Amino acid sequence: MEFRAMARTAGVLGALGVVALLVDPALAQDAASTAAPAAAAAPPVPNKGDSAFMYVAAVLVLLMTVPGLALFYGGLVRTKNMLSMMMQVFATLCLVALLWVLYGYSMAFTNGGGLNDFVGGFSKAFLKGVDSNSLAATFSNGVYIPEYTYIIFQMTFACITPCLILGAVAERLKFSAMLVFMALWVTFIYFPLAHMVWYWGGPDVFAEAAKAVASATGDAKVQAQAHLDAVLADAGIGFQWGALDFAGGTVVHINSGIAALAGCLILGRRIGYGKEAMPPHSLVLTMVGAALLWVGWFGFNVGSNLEINQFAGVPFINTFIATCAAGLSWMIVEWIAKGKPSALGMASGVVAGLVAITPACGFAGVMGAIVLGLVVSPICFFFCSVVKSALGYDDSLDVFGVHCIGGIVGAIGTGLLVNPEWGGAGIADYISKPGEMVAGTYDMATQVIAQAKMVGLTLLWSGLGSAILFKLVDIIIGLRPSEEKEREGLDLVDHGESAYHY
Amino acid sequence: MKLITAVIKPFKLEEVRSALTDLGLQGMTVTEVKGYGRQKGHTEIYRGAEYAVSFLPKIKIEVVVPGAQVDKALAAIQRAAKTGQIGDGKIFVSPIEHTVRIRTGESDDDAL
Repeated sequence: MEFRAMARTAGVLGALGVVALLVDPALAQDAASTAAPAAAAAPPVPNKGDSAFMYVAAVLVLLMTVPGLALFYGGLVRTKNMLSMMMQVFATLCLVALLWVLYGYSMAFTNGGGLNDFVGGFSKAFLKGVDSNSLAATFSNGVYIPEYTYIIFQMTFACITPCLILGAVAERLKFSAMLVFMALWVTFIYFPLAHMVWYWGGPDVFAEAAKAVASATGDAKVQAQAHLDAVLADAGIGFQWGALDFAGGTVVHINSGIAALAGCLILGRRIGYGKEAMPPHSLVLTMVGAALLWVGWFGFNVGSNLEINQFAGVPFINTFIATCAAGLSWMIVEWIAKGKPSALGMASGVVAGLVAITPACGFAGVMGAIVLGLVVSPICFFFCSVVKSALGYDDSLDVFGVHCIGGIVGAIGTGLLVNPEWGGAGIADYISKPGEMVAGTYDMATQVIAQAKMVGLTLLWSGLGSAILFKLVDIIIGLRPSEEKEREGLDLVDHGESAYHY
Repeated sequence: MKLITAVIKPFKLEEVRSALTDLGLQGMTVTEVKGYGRQKGHTEIYRGAEYAVSFLPKIKIEVVVPGAQVDKALAAIQRAAKTGQIGDGKIFVSPIEHTVRIRTGESDDDAL
């Protein structure tokens, strides 16, 4: 079968194209001219359970952002910047949600014409053509969820990712500059990256095209093959490479983590960094925030399965177990290296574990997830304590050290742990038996290279892009408040309020 | 009249208060303070950042007592606040010129 070589491409789980593609006139006509006429099937009806599950998952991801991340970060800053931290998270969430429905969804999840490898187009800007009857594909043939459900779920991802960056530039980024930067950042960095990793036609589109190839003969077969190639190529570049990212290790964590590093390098250190004590003002709030992140992460990871089928248990148990392993391993490393197992260390380990398991959660086996959790914490710990002080950058809340580094460990780890021989789920293949998802061929080197390529692309795209955007906003508005204002604290300077009145 | 200012370990406050009450002394003023003496500070570690905390939390109590009771009060505070470890604190005694009870206008020993 000549399309075998392409089969693994289809294995990339992540996000999906919507069923509207099925009726894309060009593709549909091609298919009609080459395939035996399929029985006119009734339009698929979304399962109520799947829809309910996806709404809950979306709300759980919202819970991660507010109040989860707002509290997690808020507790780590000084009293005078508490409201600033929470306001920045809330405002970014509100802003990005609007941009998402205006044009973000379209940029991420439609065909981008000549630029389709990297970014979508504007055919669904202002959610044009989306209504209660439109559907989005899942990872199972014949299973759909309402498109609104999918838009909402993906919106919560678009909202939390830029908020993660805020931790690295905490206590010294002007609120006005922050708003402008966030609007630019999601437009030029996030929406395209989501497209690169998650945009594809969906299992049924693949199956239709593959069936046509199988049933055609002679010239028709050549045509059908060309059509199948076109369908397989109608996906983001990362998807075409076969890079696996179940719930957003590259798009969310490496992306925000490297942007965070660019941000804190361009902003420079906080006044008094290294000379004055800047301890977290409330580790209680940080622990509460970390706990809410963990709870919400089940929506993030399990929701990325897009339906509540038998496979949904895998990301659920992995999200639980890898996190426990990472929490314990951070605790042990810190206990040995610093003498005491700290609460902040536990919170950090838990978040590092969640970050690392994100791309792997639907692919790794449970024992693989434990290994990933145990491995990620010492690496992140090393970056947060040793590397950060050695290089002297002020990543205030360790976004780079936890999200970028943890994300890279997870992304590469995914390529290893998906190995069926190590208890992994293997590569999904929608092509070999059209209409069914079967196990594709897995080759460790190929898979790890695909993962590494996507990691590299994310680091480049987001690292360089974010640096340019930070610099641009710095020139236009200025990123930092005056020294006097920074000392006074952003709560009073930016918002005219104090967090606490004892 | 003397002002007794004692800086003690926070968890000793209740013992000191009851010891002074047993002597018949009514009232004291308590402040949460930070400071250091011979007791060294400690180190706090937040991920990579280590901060030497040289000011330790203590409780400062202020009691004004009639001259005749100063020695008994000092002994009571010392007994109650002592753990034998470095960092138990200090007691300072200074003279008070005049005292007025705001509600009644009573003054000096009558006002204590």
